[in-house]
Amino acid sequence: MTTAAEIQKRLRESGIRSLIGVSGPVVAIIGALIVEAFLLLAIGKDPLVAYGYLFEGSVGTVFGITETLVKATPLLLAGLGVAFAFKAGLFNIGAEGQILAGSLAAAAVSLYVQGLPPFLLILLAGIAGMVAGGIWGGIPGWLRARLDVNEIIVTIMLNYVALNLVRYMVNVPMREKSGFYPKTDTFPEISWLPNLVADTRLHIGLFIALAAAVVVYYLIAHTTLGYRLRTVGANREAAEYAGIPVGRSFFLAMAISGALAGIAGFGEVNGVHHRLLDKITTGYGYDAIAVALLGRTHPAGVVIAALFFGALRVGAITVQRNAGVPVAMIYILQGLVVLFVLGSEVLNVLLARRLRRSESAS
Amino acid sequence: MRRITKNFPGVLANDRVDLMVEPGEIHALLGENGAGKSTLMNILYGLIHPDEGEIFLRGRPVRIGSPRQAISHGIGMVHQHFMLVPAHTVIENVVMGMETAGRFVLETGRAEKEIQELGDRFGLQVDPKAYVWELSVGEQQRVEILKALYRGAALLILDEPSSVLTPGEVEDLFGMIRRLTQEEKSVIFITHKLNEVIAVSDRVTVLRDGRKIQTVETSETDERALARMMVGRDVILSVEKEAALTGERVLEVEGLSVEDDRGLSAVKGLSFDIPAGEIFGVVGVDGNGQAELVEALAGLRPIRAGRVRLMGEDISSKSTDERYRRGISHIPEDRHRRGLVLSQNLAENAVLQVHGGPPFSSGGRLNHGEIRDFAERILVSYDVRAPGIHIQAGSLSGGNQQKLVLGRELSREPRLLIAAQPTRGLDVGAIEYVYRRLIQERDRGAAVLLVSTELTEVFTLADRIAVIFEGEFMDILDSGQVEIDQIGLLMGGVR
Repeated sequence: MTTAAEIQKRLRESGIRSLIGVSGPVVAIIGALIVEAFLLLAIGKDPLVAYGYLFEGSVGTVFGITETLVKATPLLLAGLGVAFAFKAGLFNIGAEGQILAGSLAAAAVSLYVQGLPPFLLILLAGIAGMVAGGIWGGIPGWLRARLDVNEIIVTIMLNYVALNLVRYMVNVPMREKSGFYPKTDTFPEISWLPNLVADTRLHIGLFIALAAAVVVYYLIAHTTLGYRLRTVGANREAAEYAGIPVGRSFFLAMAISGALAGIAGFGEVNGVHHRLLDKITTGYGYDAIAVALLGRTHPAGVVIAALFFGALRVGAITVQRNAGVPVAMIYILQGLVVLFVLGSEVLNVLLARRLRRSESAS
Repeated sequence: MRRITKNFPGVLANDRVDLMVEPGEIHALLGENGAGKSTLMNILYGLIHPDEGEIFLRGRPVRIGSPRQAISHGIGMVHQHFMLVPAHTVIENVVMGMETAGRFVLETGRAEKEIQELGDRFGLQVDPKAYVWELSVGEQQRVEILKALYRGAALLILDEPSSVLTPGEVEDLFGMIRRLTQEEKSVIFITHKLNEVIAVSDRVTVLRDGRKIQTVETSETDERALARMMVGRDVILSVEKEAALTGERVLEVEGLSVEDDRGLSAVKGLSFDIPAGEIFGVVGVDGNGQAELVEALAGLRPIRAGRVRLMGEDISSKSTDERYRRGISHIPEDRHRRGLVLSQNLAENAVLQVHGGPPFSSGGRLNHGEIRDFAERILVSYDVRAPGIHIQAGSLSGGNQQKLVLGRELSREPRLLIAAQPTRGLDVGAIEYVYRRLIQERDRGAAVLLVSTELTEVFTLADRIAVIFEGEFMDILDSGQVEIDQIGLLMGGVR
């Protein structure tokens, strides 16, 4: 019998659960900051001073804010990609490679396609980046669907393939005319993404990324595709039973995931650097995994997490310059945040189990 | 073992069961699913603690709190599902858990010799250096037995040891068991197969509904008597049911063969028809090919040979989705694993199959309003007691979960309803509800395939009963003209 009291209890518990859902990441960040403070003390630095510079450098000035947003843009796009694959129960560790593939394709279009008006050229470069990222993500998705090959391993391997492919391209066929550095020539200005704030690097890629967050949310919550992916991710056997094509869902989830990272690559070359170079992504694809986790794979959460990680990247430089704290210490902070998020996840599971046990005992 | 009693919430799994095993004896433990065989043996092996009762070993009372203690008392158990590490060698698996006794370095040389000796002594040939993943199922079973013997087992419990073996391997197994008992080792042999009891055991104890029915000398009994003891004469839950008014043939199955997950033949050339307005019951002990049959009909498992027709049209190679659209509904055996997505809410679960079509979506966009209304209608029509459609399916009770599945499947007004173990784990009230709904479906003109391990259930509901044993129908009988004993015999593989 389901009594009113029982219903009330269930509602209360679901309330507790969603509270954990929101507070988990916040607690994780606070926990990471506390542990980091001890580490800073251990190397003889004042944590409060360091955190002050971290804050000031990332959001204390207009320039800081724009830089934070610049860094948050690829983190958001790639983080959405990782989160999207996660909904289908897949671990896309290959956002880094997908960003590289996207940047390579976008660079090729920007450098070699001629005679298009600016808008169409940028659009074509964006689509090229998206498709290239989609292929780079789609390959492991297809292998998973067809041969049940673990997507984690394939995506990691493809990261190295992409990395060395880009390295080769900028060293040999696409190398700048002067031939001095391993990078391409600067793109023609008509292919640059418009700036949002004069004299900063902030470009409209930020809006593309925010729009992508809305699109991803819509896909997940309001389309049959999203429903199917979620079902496959939550219970593969039930999905099979329901007649949902599991293999196709794996492929689509990975292809879309890669496409999002590919757009990030396009944003980096057409929006920030205006050329393709060896180190076009400095670990954005790996940080994206942390961003997706910290954002609890919800698009809104991913937006906030991307801003946070963007701020850390920018603030780290200020901290190093003004407080003499090595950038590595901030990387440790990032790592701690991830560890705490995973920890709170475990706690969540334990708590849910406890709730269930008390339910069955009553 | 004396007066062993174990109460699980809702079931009395063992009710004052006595069991005595002599040295050098092969003692068969016979019973249907849920008769309490496994519970009793898990108690002996220390995996479960009894509520009441005592265990004596060689006349002395002992307390067995864990498998480790059971092993130290000389009790070994080979589970139906092996507990081996495939990536390790036979030696490593056999010494696992004992390897660090006093030493840090693995002494595989000595272990290898001992394993070799044990193997020779009992006819358990297996290469000690082979990796477990390289071994056949029968060889893996030998490794399990070696593991127990290496630990000094004098009493060996074998849980349904033949269920995973080919007929040839079963013969080998029986040979090994006999060799074991020649050396004064005792074997408890859990089974539901009557012919095996007769073939290998010295004595047999029959359990039914958690109670011991009798212990008899195998030489003084026969399969018929054992079947009667095993099945009993349970009072049949009576549900009002008119005579069936059958119509056109809905399902036609012709020479259907299907393989199980290991690639072994699980369904062997089955042929049968189900007309509209009939409940066709398939009864048998778990693991005789029912699950594979159901999955093949639902499109979840490829067909190796044969043909399946629905309303005269061949659907053998149609997708699951297509079969649903042609009028199949499927209440799966395991509602947690297949039937529901426990972490999703009731509305999402209600449209598991139909979310792709109108009115629940259009142009790939979900219509949340329609989905909500539909789910709410199911809750009302099928008496699913839930605080709302936005709670997770996992938070419902078992009965309400099953009603949700039932409602979802029946709301499509299927031509063919496949109901696999539709009342497993439900309380009496929910069982009765499911029974009434299934009969309503039949009377509406659906063909119903009822697959169940519960004899009484099939007796209550089915118009015709097929008994499945090792992938074949032993017989197809009209439910009006059949004795329950006869079914029990057929379920045990005796024609």
